[in-house]
Amino acid sequence: MTAPTEFHPWNDPQAKPLIRFQNVTKRFGEFTAIDKISLDIFAKEFFALLGPSGCGKTTLMRMLAGFEDPTEGAILLDGADIAGVPPNKRATNMMFQSYALFPHLSVFDNVAFGLRRDRLPKDQVQARAEEMIALVQLGPFANRKPHQISGGQRQRVALARALAKAPKLLLLDEPLGALDKKLRQETQFELMDIQEKTGTTFVIVTHDQEEAMTVASRVAVMDHGKIVQVATPDAIYETPNSTYVADFIGDVNIISGGADPVDGKIGIDWAEGQPPLTGICEQDIAKGETVFMAVRPEKVAISSEKPADRSNVVAGKVHDIAYLGNISTYYVQLSGGQIIKAQTANTRRIARRDFTWEDDVWLSWTDTAGVVLRQ
Amino acid sequence: MRRFTWFNATSLTLGFAFLYLPITLLVIYSFNGGRNVAVWGGFSTKWYGELVQNEAFLDAAWVTLKVAAFSSTIATVLGTMAAYVLVRGGRFHGRTLFSGMIYAPLVMPEVITGLSLLLLFIGIGFDRGILTIILAHTTFSMCYVSVVVSSRLVSFDRSLEEAALDLGCSPLSAFRLVTLPIIAPAVIAGWLLAFTLSLDDLVIANFASGPSATTLPMKIWSAVRLGVSPEINALSTILIGIVTVGVITASLVSKRAAVKRQRDEQAAVAN
Repeated sequence: MTAPTEFHPWNDPQAKPLIRFQNVTKRFGEFTAIDKISLDIFAKEFFALLGPSGCGKTTLMRMLAGFEDPTEGAILLDGADIAGVPPNKRATNMMFQSYALFPHLSVFDNVAFGLRRDRLPKDQVQARAEEMIALVQLGPFANRKPHQISGGQRQRVALARALAKAPKLLLLDEPLGALDKKLRQETQFELMDIQEKTGTTFVIVTHDQEEAMTVASRVAVMDHGKIVQVATPDAIYETPNSTYVADFIGDVNIISGGADPVDGKIGIDWAEGQPPLTGICEQDIAKGETVFMAVRPEKVAISSEKPADRSNVVAGKVHDIAYLGNISTYYVQLSGGQIIKAQTANTRRIARRDFTWEDDVWLSWTDTAGVVLRQ
Repeated sequence: MRRFTWFNATSLTLGFAFLYLPITLLVIYSFNGGRNVAVWGGFSTKWYGELVQNEAFLDAAWVTLKVAAFSSTIATVLGTMAAYVLVRGGRFHGRTLFSGMIYAPLVMPEVITGLSLLLLFIGIGFDRGILTIILAHTTFSMCYVSVVVSSRLVSFDRSLEEAALDLGCSPLSAFRLVTLPIIAPAVIAGWLLAFTLSLDDLVIANFASGPSATTLPMKIWSAVRLGVSPEINALSTILIGIVTVGVITASLVSKRAAVKRQRDEQAAVAN
């Protein structure tokens, strides 16, 4: 795999997007499923649409496939408006959440289905279908019917079938939703590998944030028909643009208070009689404005002595401990009643744990650990 | 649960006696050697022999088969189309009314259906014969087909059709290559139902037929009015035999398919 840092067409103003959503709105009767979305997706991207169910991510994908048309706005594929082009005339293919394998056809015939619709010569159909089946390592199962193979194998047949026609754009609707956790993790890497090998642009719809973070070059976080943030997985995690995104991706502590900007950083007066907390901010914030600081639990250190060199230090009592084996999350209650989560790797055996319930502890984090947000 | 009680045994005997005693009597009397249908005159198969010689019955049987084959086929095509539009057509104006109306002929008294068809044929000056019986049977049996097929379509995973479209099918070829093969068992069941209904029908055929065409039920009915002959018993026994064989074959075939599928699925999970 090439290093992901070398691939960032979205930062190049000259780059032409493969897909462009221009002010796209989709309404079903009174209900607005997609609300004025503008979005560029570039060739060879692995783009993830992430959001809770009902946020409009599936509608967005179905508009790309041609099953829905936008109520307003335009969708451009390679610069051409694709509104009104039926699904069978689009250079996109879709892998369905239910896989939608044709139960009356064998694995081979399922994969060859799209090729035969293009009236390709028989030997080409045969060669391409075999190539796809080999790509997903299903050679021995080519003559089986879908109900004669396992769930993971069905998932791969669906992938091979969608890739067989070498689409410009492959749409994946919750492709791994039906697999168990272990198989899902393996398959995520297989998907990335196949995307790399074929050079196809992938757009994946998922509600699983770990999956989006693992596979995607960029992630769009959606809520109520709007895109809240589009960024690389690390940017989404480290510099979310709202508490919604911070909260949706991973675990987070949110502390609110009045802002007090000093030398490019923001201080927050978060509690009466306590020194302000400091965090970084990419937005212009006025003094006194109510803001929110988002701090990831793993960036919060827990100690029994008050640390001298950290800029943000608060005192509290251990309220609860969530022991997950590899890590523990300490729920520390501050004097004001707030709970702050601090996460530590369990590098030592549990019997030698330093803190237990009701211990007085200090929490601390650096002045760059917390992100200050407006909303 | 395998417990014998007198209550169970009595219920079972009574129930089956109620259902099958008349039929059993009919079958037994078809082998009656005597001319009088009510008096046993020794075992004989002579009525079967006479039946094969009876041209009027054979003609009527042939007409019935032709009517049943054509009307059930046309009804299957129309009924499947109607079911597809009503289940898949999305929301269009008057859809609820149409869905309700397709069920109406199911509960309509046959006499009324027959009478209205008769009036129609007379009104447009259509000569009554085998063609009008076919039309009449198509009319009432297509709603049965549409009920059977639409109940299958409701549970049909729509993404299968979408996948076909996505892979380059036109809507028509998606139906032909994906939908139809999958719903085929329901379509065949609908056809069989329409075929049987057409074979059975007496009332509507009576209204729709003319002097040139007589179906077997009509023939039996008119013969019976002159007095029940042992020949009719023999004919009925043959019909019962055909139906029994058909039903047993159909259930064996579908049961075997279900068992095979279950075994395949278990094998898939195991490896």
